[in-house]
Amino acid sequence: MAKDSLIGGSIWDEYSQVVQDRMNNPKFMGEITENEAKERGAKLIVADFGAESCGDAVRLYWLVDEATDTIIDAKFKSFGCGTAIASSDTMAELCIGKTVDEAVKITNIDVEKAMRDTPETPAVPPQKMHCSVMAYDVIKAAAASYKGVDPDHFEDEIIVCECARVSLGTIKEVIKLNDLKTVEEITQYTKAGAFCKSCIKPGGHEKREYYLTDILRDTRAEMEQERLKKQANAKALGDQLNFDELSVVGQLKAVEGIMDSEIRPMLMMDGGDLEVIDIQKTPEGNIDIYIRYLGACSGCASGAGGTLYAIENVLQEKLSTNIRVMPI
Amino acid sequence: MRVYLDNNATTMVDPEAFEAMKPFFCEKYGNPNSLHKFGSETHPALRNALDQLYVGINAKDSDDIIVTSCATESNNWVIKGIYFDKIANGKRKRVVTTAVEHPAIRMTCEFLKQFGVQITIVDVNEEGIITPDQLREVMGEDVALVSVMYANNETGMIFPIKELASVAHEYGALFHTDAVQAFGKIPINVRDLDVDFMSFSAHKFHGPKGVGGLYIKDSQALSSLLHGGEHMGGRRSGTLDVAGIVGMGKALELANKFMSFENSHVKRLRDKLEDALLSLPDVSVVGRRENRVPNTILASIKGVEGEAMLWDLNRAGIAASTGSACASETLESNPIMEAIGADKELAHTALRLSLSRFNTEEEIDYAIEQIKKAVERLRGISSTFAYTPEGHVSGL
Repeated sequence: MAKDSLIGGSIWDEYSQVVQDRMNNPKFMGEITENEAKERGAKLIVADFGAESCGDAVRLYWLVDEATDTIIDAKFKSFGCGTAIASSDTMAELCIGKTVDEAVKITNIDVEKAMRDTPETPAVPPQKMHCSVMAYDVIKAAAASYKGVDPDHFEDEIIVCECARVSLGTIKEVIKLNDLKTVEEITQYTKAGAFCKSCIKPGGHEKREYYLTDILRDTRAEMEQERLKKQANAKALGDQLNFDELSVVGQLKAVEGIMDSEIRPMLMMDGGDLEVIDIQKTPEGNIDIYIRYLGACSGCASGAGGTLYAIENVLQEKLSTNIRVMPI
Repeated sequence: MRVYLDNNATTMVDPEAFEAMKPFFCEKYGNPNSLHKFGSETHPALRNALDQLYVGINAKDSDDIIVTSCATESNNWVIKGIYFDKIANGKRKRVVTTAVEHPAIRMTCEFLKQFGVQITIVDVNEEGIITPDQLREVMGEDVALVSVMYANNETGMIFPIKELASVAHEYGALFHTDAVQAFGKIPINVRDLDVDFMSFSAHKFHGPKGVGGLYIKDSQALSSLLHGGEHMGGRRSGTLDVAGIVGMGKALELANKFMSFENSHVKRLRDKLEDALLSLPDVSVVGRRENRVPNTILASIKGVEGEAMLWDLNRAGIAASTGSACASETLESNPIMEAIGADKELAHTALRLSLSRFNTEEEIDYAIEQIKKAVERLRGISSTFAYTPEGHVSGL
């Protein structure tokens, strides 16, 4: 925890000048009436999102030229904090001049970026990102109303992190592809959980349907199941097992199998035998199999030379080239 | 004009208390525990400050008033101390508290759950307080401690502490009150209240920040939170903050001196402000005036989101506070508002105005004017409130 987080501070200090100006003097605040729509020969769309009981509510007015599906004017009304008002104002402005299909593609990230003073400095602190999300949702509601479809029509993915707009599918995919083990890694790869942090685990700023901690746990479990299934299928089909990926118990069973079928009969012909003491994976990726010679093999000079190379060769050939045999 | 109406968060240090503190920074700066003259010359001032505290709350010589860093420390100390002394190895395993306590109580209780402490939380009634009957319903011989705040920080509602302490004692439990918001606003008499422990904090009654205290009746046993020194009779280690203690003593003396003023001047200004708010359509105030500390208003203004209101007021130079979740860590409704059974809508439109004896009539007139202006502007933007020629209707 760095010194800035130790002291804290007013989140208002992190608002961009654009946010402050739009909060103080929203340019697109207001209503559009049916009469105005008639006069301008356009279709009036009114869409609501949120509720006072949730702390944020917004109403969006669109005038749409039906010949071209173009939004020729937009206004809003909003119950919400400063960033909610500023986001709604920006969102209304971004809609103007776009077709309905183009407007639906405006995301909360577009809204936040449009409110930045400089391209690299966020317009609002992380915990305020959710205020721009509402702007995105009301656009979908307006478009749905215009097209006579359900708002879900425009959302074909489950969004886990609203702030960064990262979907459930993307998160699961990066976990699997990159073998991610922590939420911090998910954030590094996708930015999910980097802003208001509500999607990381329950108890945050906002209640969420999906949390990164749960997705990580479930996806890791899925990966493990897939791995076991793959192994089982491979075994069932009689395919060569991936020895390096087996658990120690699995490796021991495989080694013992080769010992019994290929090596012990050879040693026993000379009155000898061996036992497997341990199997250890080295940081370099080698699999060291520790053995102890028994009977005539014990003390035999060849045990450190020809016999040892023969055992190692068989195991390497049958199981893995990473195997090294260590007599003790 | 700058108007400070957030005195339940913190207060201005009374200039007289500040004057009293000054010599203990650069002139009399010795460690009070040192043997030499530099140290011992602070003793008269410390003794005087403790006298001011004892007199200020009518404590007796057999009691302890231990200086801490703040009420949060005092609250932690009582609950954790009781755990070590009574709960960990005793038969009493339960702590009873209310749903509207400061996080210093709520979170400490939550922390102790992992050690097997059972926590009973009593919901407040529609008035925002708990009654002796409500407390009696949850009491039993297994309760070690009851902790109930004296006055609520958001609503200003005053709890019937004397009666609640009596119920706790009937069951052999100890009673603690977090009196942070009552100090300097209403008369406090610990002997009459018969509480076992009471927390307070200087910066809430025009003393300095970083110093508070814990009253302990009859010097009862209470395991220390801090070990490693003999300060405060070995009860609370840490070199004494002489200036802070002197400032706190003086501040309490002044608060008591101005108590009548607080109850007339401050109350009159508060009521004027409250009446002006209530004259607006769709505005309500939580709790009856006669059962509130005289400086606090918690209002809800339909259609006006709390943080947006603070923003507008701040631009006009007015400091206030909000119960609105949007200004805090979570989007969940304000727990106090929920506890008193208020609608969720109310929780997001809450505005807390808390006055002090330093507020003037002109400031309140200015605040009324600016609040009205902000309400009009924000209701004009609001999608949940709309004016009509006939009056006003709720939108959405």
